[in-house]
Amino acid sequence: MAEATANGLGQQALHSTHDAATAGKSDTHQEHPIKLYLVVWVWLFILSACSYMVDYFGLHGYLRWSLILIFMMLKAGLIVAVFMHMAWERLAMMYAIILPPILVLVFVAMMVFEADYTLLTRIAFFGPGP
Amino acid sequence: MAETTLTDSSQLDRPQGWRGIAADWASDQRAFKNVSWGKAMMWIFLLSDTFIFGCFLLSYMTARMSTRVPWPNPSKVFALHIGGSEVPLILIAIMTFVLISSSGTMAMAVNFGYRRDRRKTAILMLLTAALGATFVGMQAFEWTKLITEGVRPWGNPWGAAQFGSCFFMITGFHGTHVTIGVIFLIIVARKVWRGDYDIGRPGFFTSRRGHYENVEIMGLYWHFVDLVWVFIFAFFYLW
Repeated sequence: MAEATANGLGQQALHSTHDAATAGKSDTHQEHPIKLYLVVWVWLFILSACSYMVDYFGLHGYLRWSLILIFMMLKAGLIVAVFMHMAWERLAMMYAIILPPILVLVFVAMMVFEADYTLLTRIAFFGPGP
Repeated sequence: MAETTLTDSSQLDRPQGWRGIAADWASDQRAFKNVSWGKAMMWIFLLSDTFIFGCFLLSYMTARMSTRVPWPNPSKVFALHIGGSEVPLILIAIMTFVLISSSGTMAMAVNFGYRRDRRKTAILMLLTAALGATFVGMQAFEWTKLITEGVRPWGNPWGAAQFGSCFFMITGFHGTHVTIGVIFLIIVARKVWRGDYDIGRPGFFTSRRGHYENVEIMGLYWHFVDLVWVFIFAFFYLW
């Protein structure tokens, strides 16, 4: 920890002008106003109700899928950003945690091709489904 | 070192943006400047858990896309008879609201923890635990209902056989996470109630002194459980 601080001090000197500009812009520490949590809570309720309505009204096709994904991403974003305080972390932390799960999308793409191929061979060998 | 409650990065005397990433990750220093190890390790654990649930949902996607047999309609499978009419997916919707409510009370508990309000923190954590236990109870009801209707990991009366295995695997693993969370919530709430974090009483297992940050770390886990449910709800129940 001591070395780390010393190292950090050297960089502080480098960026002292930058820091002077940003210092004092915000005085929040860990406690954020309770109102913020309540607002996010209400929004999570609204978004959940919306995603339930998608099923209740029986929407179909691309409209259904896109609405599901939009509501899902909004809810996940609110939880991670505000409830888990990610919005106030440094970028080094945000990228370390949020970037790897996004790379799972590559895996998703691979498995989409794999599943299509499996379905194709199943139809070719066993005929179309019952 | 211990007082790492400085979360707002704009307060830290460090470069911001891309310069900040390069500076923080540069050699011979700790990468997460204003995050304690407890919190960083919880985040890294949650990242690994994300991959586990990601793999479950991926295997579900692959099974559902590659089967020739039609997938059972979750809207009908999870419907309940209420007042003589079928309400689609109603139990799952209630479970979602219960879990979101518990996330809200947990966020409040973290807030009151940093204000050193022992009583409110402990009560809100116990409320969170109670909502979590309610969620698990409703899940047990849902499992019982499906099992009596003939859903098994190897087949079900409505369509593709993989439905049962995906369902039990994904919701079972998530329910386990909720259960573990409830147990830890009760443990941490007891510590808060006793004032362990005020007097710096050593933990019984690690014998290290706890801080109110432990409540926030507990909260990270709990919000993650809620987060996973958001994805399960979207992909398994709504899709």
